[in-house]
Amino acid sequence: MSTNLSTNILTVRNLYGRIEGQQVVEDVSFDVPDTGVTALLGRNGVGKTSTIKSILGLIDRTGEVTLAGRRVDRLATHKVVQLGVGYVPEDREVFGKLTVAENLKLAERSAHPNRALVEELFPDLVQRQAQMAGTLSGGQQQMVSLARALLNQNRLLLVDEPTKGLSPKIVTEVSQALLAAAKKVPILLVEQNLQVIRQLADRVVVLSGGRVVFTGEATELLDDPERIQRFLGVHSGTDHSGTDHSSTEQVPA
Amino acid sequence: MSTIVLLLITGLGLGALYFLVASGLSLIYGLMGVLNFAHGSFLTIGAFIGWEVARRLSDGSWLALVAAMLTGAVVGALVAAATEFFLIRRLYNRHIEQVLVTVGLALASVALFEGIWGTDPTYVTSPSWLGQTTEILGARIPNNRFMLILVAVLVLVAIVLFLKFTRYGLIIRAGVENRLMVTALGIDVRRAFTLVFAIGGAAAGLGGVLASIYYGYVSAHIGGSLLIFAFIVTVIGGLGSLAGAAIASVLVAVLQQFANFYLGGTGDLAVVLALAAVLLLRPRGLLGAKA
Repeated sequence: MSTNLSTNILTVRNLYGRIEGQQVVEDVSFDVPDTGVTALLGRNGVGKTSTIKSILGLIDRTGEVTLAGRRVDRLATHKVVQLGVGYVPEDREVFGKLTVAENLKLAERSAHPNRALVEELFPDLVQRQAQMAGTLSGGQQQMVSLARALLNQNRLLLVDEPTKGLSPKIVTEVSQALLAAAKKVPILLVEQNLQVIRQLADRVVVLSGGRVVFTGEATELLDDPERIQRFLGVHSGTDHSGTDHSSTEQVPA
Repeated sequence: MSTIVLLLITGLGLGALYFLVASGLSLIYGLMGVLNFAHGSFLTIGAFIGWEVARRLSDGSWLALVAAMLTGAVVGALVAAATEFFLIRRLYNRHIEQVLVTVGLALASVALFEGIWGTDPTYVTSPSWLGQTTEILGARIPNNRFMLILVAVLVLVAIVLFLKFTRYGLIIRAGVENRLMVTALGIDVRRAFTLVFAIGGAAAGLGGVLASIYYGYVSAHIGGSLLIFAFIVTVIGGLGSLAGAAIASVLVAVLQQFANFYLGGTGDLAVVLALAAVLLLRPRGLLGAKA
C-alpha cells in the first residue's frame, strides 16, 4: 500500500490527447505514487487507454508529463520507454509471427534482463519458447505481454486492461503476477474488473468525459456503492462470504 | 521441350531482376507503409555508376563486373538511405505527400540522369562468357541468365539470414507486424527504417548493374520500366512479404515469357490480367498479411 511518505513517480498535468484530430483526452491531471498500484478507472470510452497512450506519446498530446522528476512529454515514445516505462497494451499486441522467445528478446533493453522473474511468474512460457506467439491462447499472449514489461528494470508499468477477455482462472494468474510485480515497481493500471481492482489497487483515479473526476484511496471508491454507480455506471455488491460480484462491461475504452 | 526449358530459365532470369527490385519495395512498404515510386531511381543510379566504374577499370573483365556490382549496391544503398533520411522521414503516415515526393524524385532523377549521361542508351560490355550460351536439354540458354539467378538467390538468402538472425532483422520483422508496438518497447524504429531503405536500395543498385547486362545497355529509364513490374510483383506477392515477392517474381516473369512466345507477344497484358485476377480473388496477395 502507498503511504503518505511516498513521492510521485509520474505526474500528469493538463494532458490533452488527439487521435486524427479528435480530442480523446481533455485536461487530465493526476499523480502516480512511486509504490503500489494506481488504477485508472472510468466508463467505457472516457479515454483511459488514450490517456495511457498520451503518456507514452503513442498519440498526439500536449500538456506536462513528468517521470521521476523529468519532463518526458516532448520525447518520442521509445525514449520515454527507455527512461524506464514498461507498457502492457490493451489486446496484448504480441507479435504473432515471432516466437515467444523472439517476442521476449525484442523487449530486452539491457544486457541483463530479469529472465528469472519472468520464468518464475510464467513457467508456461518457458515451455513455449519456440512457439509462434500468434498461436497462443489469449491468456498465454497476455503472459507474453506482461513478461515483455517485466523483463526490464522499469520505474513504472503502464498496464492496460490486462484481464480483458480472459477466463477466471487466467484472470487470477494475471492478478497474482501483477501483485508480485507491484512489489518491485509502481503500476498505473487500467482495468474494468472491480474484483481485480479491489485486489490490486491502492489508489484510484476516475475519468469521466475525458477529465479526472475523482482521485483517492481505492477503498474510498470501492466501499461506496453510490460513487461506483455514479462514476462507473455499475452496481457493486458483496455477498456474505465477502465475494465481490461487481463487474463492468468488458468493452474496451 | 527445349523451348519450354528456354522460356523457364530465361523467365527465372527475368524474375531474378524483378525480385531484386521488388524485395526492397516490399520490405519498405511492409515496415513503413511507404509506396516508394523513387525505387527505380536507386536501380538506375546503381547501374550508371556501376558502369562508370567497370569501364574505368577494364571493360569486359570479371573484376570490372564484380566491382560494378559492389559499387552499384553501395551507391543504391547510400542514395536510398539519404532519400529516407532527408525526404521520407518527415512524411511518415502522410501517404499523399509520400507519393508526391517519391514520384517527383523519380521524375527529377530521370531528367538528371539524362542530363549527365544523355538520352540515348549506353551499351555495356560484359565478360565474354556472359554473352555465350549453355545447352540444357536441347535449349541454348544465355549464360547471363544463370548469373542473374545465382545473384538473386544469394541476395534472397542473405536477406533471410539477416532478418532471421540479427537484432535489426528481428526489429524489422516485428515492425512489419506492428510498428507502434516496437516503439512502445523502447526501440528507435527510425533506424530500422533507414536500414530497410538501404537494404532495398542495395538490392536495387545491384539489380541495376545486372539489368544492364540483361538488356545490354544502361539508360535513364531502365529503373522506371522495371519498377512497374516490380510493383506488380509486390502486389501479387503480398505487400510486405519477402517470400511472396520471391514467388511472385518468378511467376510473373515466367508467365510473361510464355505469353510472349505462345500468345503473340502478349506478355505484358498477361501480367496485368494476372494482377487483376489476384486483386479480385485475393486482394492481400499470395502471402500478404490480412488487413
